[in-house]
Amino acid sequence: MKELVIISGKGGTGKTSLVAAFASLAENMVLCDADVDAADLHLIMSPDANKSSDFQSGHKAIINRDKCTECNLCRELCRWNAIDEDFRVDPIECEGCGVCYYFCPEEAIDFPLNTCGEWFISDTRFGPMVHARLGIAEENSGKLVTLVRKEARDLAEAKNLSLILTDGAPGVGCPVIASIGGADAVLVVTEPTVSGVHDMERVVQLADFFKIKAVVCVNKYDLNPEKSREVEEYAGRKGVGFLGQIPFDPIFTKAMVQGRNIFEYDPGSEACNAVRQIWEKVNRNILS
Amino acid sequence: MIISVASGKGGTGKTTVATNLAMSIGPNVQLLDCDVEEPNSHLFIHPVFEYKETINTPVPEVDESKCTLCGKCGEICQFKAIVVIGNTVLPFEELCHSCGGCMRVCPESAIKEKDRVLGNIQKGRRNDLEFIHGILRIGEAMSPPLIRKVRSFSREGGVTIIDAPPGTSCPVIASMKGADFVLLVTEPTPFGLHDLKLAVGAVKILGIQCGLVINRSDMGDDRVKIYAKQESLPIMMEIPFDRAIAEAYSRGELIVERMPEWRGRFIELYRRIEEIVSNQE
Repeated sequence: MKELVIISGKGGTGKTSLVAAFASLAENMVLCDADVDAADLHLIMSPDANKSSDFQSGHKAIINRDKCTECNLCRELCRWNAIDEDFRVDPIECEGCGVCYYFCPEEAIDFPLNTCGEWFISDTRFGPMVHARLGIAEENSGKLVTLVRKEARDLAEAKNLSLILTDGAPGVGCPVIASIGGADAVLVVTEPTVSGVHDMERVVQLADFFKIKAVVCVNKYDLNPEKSREVEEYAGRKGVGFLGQIPFDPIFTKAMVQGRNIFEYDPGSEACNAVRQIWEKVNRNILS
Repeated sequence: MIISVASGKGGTGKTTVATNLAMSIGPNVQLLDCDVEEPNSHLFIHPVFEYKETINTPVPEVDESKCTLCGKCGEICQFKAIVVIGNTVLPFEELCHSCGGCMRVCPESAIKEKDRVLGNIQKGRRNDLEFIHGILRIGEAMSPPLIRKVRSFSREGGVTIIDAPPGTSCPVIASMKGADFVLLVTEPTPFGLHDLKLAVGAVKILGIQCGLVINRSDMGDDRVKIYAKQESLPIMMEIPFDRAIAEAYSRGELIVERMPEWRGRFIELYRRIEEIVSNQE
């Protein structure tokens, strides 16, 4: 079984649209949306959930005012200034470290488990899908990413599927690190802009840091062919596979508006041809 | 006045709006790039940097000669960042959230703190504009402490524009909290709308006024506008798709420098934000 994770560094380069398009080309695959913070793949996949579960992770402190003697020790110890002058804990600032709970001399602090999201196993017209929703302003996105990826792997094993296609998050921080560890390869989708190139370089470095094979492709390449060549040259210098480029094509947006991928919208389009060629290289270089 | 430019979905144009707004108003303006995972504003501002600082976070260091392997440190740690295994104590510093609990609980005072590098901060100028950004070290997972450090450069009395990261979780909250206004940059697509709703939810939790900028406003559908109307969210600006804008962006050029007629629109955007914020006070 192989897992390919689509990431980008910069947001909005087309990760999710590309994963949705690959779904038409891949076989024996489970889809996994690891962008739990702003999950969008379900908007094209229209998943039908067979199973939904709460995601519980971490704790939050709550001060019981009846027992509190206002000794102020918790406020002195809290490194997040999460406890105000009236001894109320701001749940957004609380890191869940438990230091106040542990040291409170009056045992006036509760430390309940936090429910911070929900995750689902669903059916889609392309196969099974594991996805999640992190509560707004919640922490622990990395742990939820780890959970959905593990569930996707278990599902693939149970159904004897050979590929996990994972939609990752933008950036290089916690959720991205959680989404690439142990993957067979990452495909970095970038765009030919100063930001796209800058962020692609950082995310390729991240893959290298964790010793994961990276390959690169460029979306909307014709917006700046010169920058696209820069990406290709960078890939060549770093020994990172360059899998091709996709033209700027409004069909991505048009298909999305209809809740479809580009192959369902217009399989004869230039963008579809480009995506097909990239997928063939993915198959040759990574999946076989 | 602090204006945070956020979006939910990535790639909607946060950096475009933040940089062009910052360069159009002034003097006494700061731009803080809080997207420390992938900071991009400097690619458009081209600041001259004059100051650089490495930002660290404290993590435990155990003096094994004092450690009795009592295991209290592992018991208090919520992040599995320090454990006693067999006859040794192992700190996993990359998992540490720097709460200081292990150091305090250790009955033998065997734990001290040392630094883990989070990344660095650079400060510079472009003419009248003061520019600060944070750059997360590659491999580092925790961005909020670095974001808070960037925000500590915010000066009272002027205008501070914050370029926030995408999403709605802790790094975004750290970039919006305490702002006077949040400008949510969106696009009129299903993905844009879905993530906009999440971002509006986050702004509401923080109790901050917000307004929308609709980028590439003529691509997609009208569901973002219908939603804005339902929720009484003001549409502060619309930027139609223009290949010339997209190409200028790709080269690292500001719209207001390439197409000076846009400067007036960004000044007007600022005036409308000021009006909303002052009406609220």
